[in-house]
Amino acid sequence: MKVEQISIFIENKSGRLAEITRILGEAGVNIRALSLADTSDFGILRLIVNDRETAKQVLKERGFTVSKTAVVAIEVPDRPGGLSEILQTLDNESINVEYMYAFVERCGENAVIIFRFDETEKAIEILTAKGFNVLEGERLYQM
Amino acid sequence: MYYNEEFETLPRPALEALQLKRLKTMLERVYSNVPFYKEKFASLGIRPESVKSLEDLRSLPFTVKQDMRDAYPYGLFSSRMEEIVRIHASSGTTGKPTVVGYTKKDIETWSELMARSFVSAGVHRGDIIHNSYGYGLFTGGLGAHYGAEKLGASVIPMSGGNTKRQILIMKDFGSTVLTCTPSYSLFLAEAARDEGLDFRSLSLRVGIFGAEPWSESMRREIEEKLNISAIDIYGLSEIMGPGVAIECQEAKCGLHVWEDHFIPEIINPETCEPVPEGEKGELVITTITKEGIPLVRYRTRDITSISYEPCPCGRTHARIARMSGRSDDMLIIRGVNVFPSQIESILMRIEGVEPHYLLIVDRKGNLDTLEVQVEVDERLFSDEVKHLQEMAHCIEKEIKDLLSLTCKVRLVEPKTITRSEGKAKRVVDNRPKA
Repeated sequence: MKVEQISIFIENKSGRLAEITRILGEAGVNIRALSLADTSDFGILRLIVNDRETAKQVLKERGFTVSKTAVVAIEVPDRPGGLSEILQTLDNESINVEYMYAFVERCGENAVIIFRFDETEKAIEILTAKGFNVLEGERLYQM
Repeated sequence: MYYNEEFETLPRPALEALQLKRLKTMLERVYSNVPFYKEKFASLGIRPESVKSLEDLRSLPFTVKQDMRDAYPYGLFSSRMEEIVRIHASSGTTGKPTVVGYTKKDIETWSELMARSFVSAGVHRGDIIHNSYGYGLFTGGLGAHYGAEKLGASVIPMSGGNTKRQILIMKDFGSTVLTCTPSYSLFLAEAARDEGLDFRSLSLRVGIFGAEPWSESMRREIEEKLNISAIDIYGLSEIMGPGVAIECQEAKCGLHVWEDHFIPEIINPETCEPVPEGEKGELVITTITKEGIPLVRYRTRDITSISYEPCPCGRTHARIARMSGRSDDMLIIRGVNVFPSQIESILMRIEGVEPHYLLIVDRKGNLDTLEVQVEVDERLFSDEVKHLQEMAHCIEKEIKDLLSLTCKVRLVEPKTITRSEGKAKRVVDNRPKA
């Protein structure tokens, strides 16, 4: 049920994002979702791509520090309060969201949000039990 | 003006005769008290009595910082602990400090040489000495303090830090002499100006600056901005502390080494052969009156030259030029001695691996800055910002704990730091050359 995200370390200097997207583009890797966390000195680029292995390989070849991280993709009802229900459920179980970001594509009528939890397995278990739709990685990469 | 006219102006032949006599006594002392020297002399077939002239000093082995580290903490002491009244230490190259001990007589000598140094700088009884050298294991604070008291001046034991309070006290207490690092003096002047106080309106007359290299242009800047006479002082804890050598106010051209207590030599750091008078090389010092931890031909790693030309001040003691660099990789940052290996061992300890790193030293305003760049490879990387920031803060804290030096850790991408011939360049020093 987990989704593999690739995380890339980038320094805060001009042209780094352009460089990464160019490398991925030339390798035929399609970016499905992304988020950028930044500080005054450095940033962490997180990507969901259609081809993780290729993405990781080409970026490593170009000297970037890349790691794979397990995240969870959840369908969120596209209506007021939709996200809140999910977060409330997790909060009740004391599960922390380290970060989250929205997926570009919709899944039917629903939005898709990518979560990084402190306890990934437990979060999946609880959300599934509460009837939330946790998306399979393979499905997501091809959406 | 002299503090001890007889010894400071001793004619060279008499001075050299005294040096030889004291050298012989010191060699006897370390030969019988310090196994390290006994073994070292024995392996070279030397006995103390084989030294018959000052030239014979050249046949003796060198002592290096590593020897002090190997003997940690008290192995090179030549006095029983019952005789040691003071212990100082400087941060070592890989964590363990370099330890020195002083007998009562050593403290007496040190106080006198600092008192001589104050007088040489134009300080006298009645002066109010604002001592901003750090008090503690570092020799600067207490060294200057005891010298000031010996001279009979009033000393304010400020130690470093708390700039606002320094300025307040300097103004209200009417300090006439300032002792600190040269860069800190300019920092103080600037901080005072920000508070609307012109340093030139203070009673300050003399500044005695050391513990870091500085230049003639910096002297002019300090003298102009603080309206004082700025004097260069030299010392190192291994030999004694501050007051090993100092400029005289008359010439301000070279630092007189107190030769009745220390024998200076200048050698080529590669060949270890002496270089001719006036040529640059590494300063080597033999202590000839010390009891606690006398050192034979200690390699200071400081690069300078020596002159035996007579000086207008009348002192007969040789003068060494301003320090122009180091023959090892030691950096002096805000008066703190820093070896890249110290930072390396901290990084190793925190991460368990040897990361690629680069030290960038710069001068912003008048203060030195240290930035430690660490390459983030897969072993250090995390997808969470907080983990990376915690790591950076942890490194900053460890460096602060070990060296008392605030630095900035910057995480950089792999391969950012240039590697040359397989060996990474560890230091970029962007400060203006002294």
